[in-house]
Amino acid sequence: MILKKKGAMNANRNFTTLVMIAVLMIFSSCENDTSQEVTTLNNLVWADEFNVDGAPDPQNWTYEIGTGQNGWGNNELQYYTDRSENIKVENGFLVITAREESFQGSDYTSARIITKDKREFEYGRFEARMKMPWGQGIWPAFWMLGADIDQNPWPGAGEIDVMEYLGQDPTITFGTIHGPGYSGGESVSKKYDLGNSRFDTKFHVFGIEWGPGFVNFYVDDVLYGRLTPEDIPEGSDWVFDKPFFLLLNMAIGGTLPGSPDQNTVFPQTLIVDYVRVYSFE
Amino acid sequence: MMHLMNNDKMRKVSRTLCITSIATLLFSCVRDEEPLPAATFPTTAEVFTDVPVGLTDEFFISFDPAGGANTDGFGTDDSEAFEETTSIRIEVPSATNADGSFIGGIFRDRGAGRNLTGYDALTFWAKASTTATLGTVGFGTDFIENKFPVSRSNLELSTDWKQYIIPIPDASKLTQERGLFLFSAGSQSTGGNGYTLWLDEIKFENLGTLAQDRPSILGGQQVLQEGFLEVPVQITNLTQTLNSADGDITVSASPLYFDFTSSNETVAVVDEMGLVQVRSIGEATITAKIGNTVANGSLNLNVEGGFVFAQAPTLEASKVVSLFSDAYNDIPVSRYNSFFEPFQTTLGGVLPVGSESIISYTNMNFVGIVFNDVTFPAEAVAPIDATNLTHLHFDINVQEEIQPGDFIEIELSDYNSDPALAARVTISASQLLERKWASIDIPLSDFTALTSRSRVGLLLFDSDKTISDIYLDNIYFYDDTE
Repeated sequence: MILKKKGAMNANRNFTTLVMIAVLMIFSSCENDTSQEVTTLNNLVWADEFNVDGAPDPQNWTYEIGTGQNGWGNNELQYYTDRSENIKVENGFLVITAREESFQGSDYTSARIITKDKREFEYGRFEARMKMPWGQGIWPAFWMLGADIDQNPWPGAGEIDVMEYLGQDPTITFGTIHGPGYSGGESVSKKYDLGNSRFDTKFHVFGIEWGPGFVNFYVDDVLYGRLTPEDIPEGSDWVFDKPFFLLLNMAIGGTLPGSPDQNTVFPQTLIVDYVRVYSFE
Repeated sequence: MMHLMNNDKMRKVSRTLCITSIATLLFSCVRDEEPLPAATFPTTAEVFTDVPVGLTDEFFISFDPAGGANTDGFGTDDSEAFEETTSIRIEVPSATNADGSFIGGIFRDRGAGRNLTGYDALTFWAKASTTATLGTVGFGTDFIENKFPVSRSNLELSTDWKQYIIPIPDASKLTQERGLFLFSAGSQSTGGNGYTLWLDEIKFENLGTLAQDRPSILGGQQVLQEGFLEVPVQITNLTQTLNSADGDITVSASPLYFDFTSSNETVAVVDEMGLVQVRSIGEATITAKIGNTVANGSLNLNVEGGFVFAQAPTLEASKVVSLFSDAYNDIPVSRYNSFFEPFQTTLGGVLPVGSESIISYTNMNFVGIVFNDVTFPAEAVAPIDATNLTHLHFDINVQEEIQPGDFIEIELSDYNSDPALAARVTISASQLLERKWASIDIPLSDFTALTSRSRVGLLLFDSDKTISDIYLDNIYFYDDTE
């Protein structure tokens, strides 16, 4: 039933997309840093619709457990677990839950899953329909890393952040690329502000279309940024012409968002309706 | 360009057309039989742009000057504006201004009110001649019914224009609102110095960025309290907190935004104003909601019987100078809880009990009843000339188990000299009763160091934390000579 419903919604969205494309071409081409239609790639090659209750499908996903090195390189505060309290598939959604609790020396727990060695892709359209958490210090992400990261450590392997969001800025999302010479604080980003709505009150689609020499970032029916080799520092390498894998996680605290404060409400949930990948051809 | 409108808009337009046609049909065919639909009021958003929009002719309606409001400082300014040409200019008076030490009031709709159900916030721009804290801004007060007041306190003003948001706790309630703006400003944050405040572009908006509502009653606390038959309890400290693009915003909200519920209506019922009536012995918990969101905080009442008051005084009024009693006319008192900073921990004060009232102190170390013109000059009242009075009386009811070493020292101060004279008398544990009234009469001559009694102005109760919770009643000086 859910599959059928989603199919119907998808068709409806495609129609809306067509209408919106026309609107965008007329009204928004000067405002947004774009020169193409929102999405062009429609050949679905892989998806996880999260329709089987329980743990995330092990054919697609691997858990990352613990605190990594220095809080996964960002001084993040959470301990990632594989417990159903932190991650489960339920009622057609993947639910990642961040909790405030003392666990293995950390003050928070959450979850992070990756498709490394299971689902890796070079180029294409990558999107997820998600509802965001909210509050100071909450940092969910839907992102990608170069599949050769074991041989070619970060940032050499490259990173594409399809969606990042800070709970203290509930109207803003941003897409980013990291590579050698343009990583961390020097990474190259595009930002989108909903303006008169929020990311934590309903679902939104976050995606990229990625091909040779470009990554286009979109939210729903708005293409809000395009990054190309011209955007990275002169002399640095464009490291996005090879396979990447996908990651989904919700971090707590860390260098970018700062720590939660007394107003941050726990638990917080990142709810993912689906992840879909369309081929570049 | 209509065909480029998105689906949602198209649906809305067509729905509106349908409703319009249905309405037209109803009106034209069955006008005489069908009741008219509920009147709807204008949805005008603007309150002040370059001019007041749809407000009463007086534009600004001040708080009562008898309450200290300064009515002189309100006007407009054609040389300052956030947008276009004109802003509202408010001269906030100094603490010593003889015409009133604060300025404030409301803007009221000139008609029967506005339908604000389509908005989620009141917004405005403000700046000040100096950094300052603006005491209160809100809406919903119309000086007529005052049904839906909302206020935000302590807004930080800067010398640059900045936008401020006052979230609407539940817009569905505001179908006919006349109270469109309220402000109150004093010089507490500027060392008593006056300053200039400008306001502009005051309007209701549908920001779309306010969410994650967290209503709260009783400060979000789960309060356990003894209830007494026929003694009503008011649910206080009602707030709504919403998350905005810039973080949480909390406003105080009228009880009428909340839906209150009693878990046991045989024991206690609660009305729409949050007033709880205690009906019978038992236990009841009062909770509340705004819309579908349950408020943090609750009141659990345990009712074991009626409230037992202290024995009513019998002395003739002519022999009594009363600080606090339902039996006599009390003299003006500036504070029934001194809230002396920074060491006083004592909370509480006057507590209405049915049609009468008592004083209830909790978390006590020491606390004063202040009735002089020295301690808090802004609240000056005349001290008592007790030269010809002989005794101090009060009734005290200790709301906890009394230990043998417990005591309360009673201190009186006389302000005839500087520094004031002070003297103490100790009430020992044996003179006190647990959860019962004890009647205490102290000869003023026992306050031996009090060589003058012509300007007595402070009565201090000091338990040094040996006793935490007490009730007091019938506090008066008297003359027992025939």
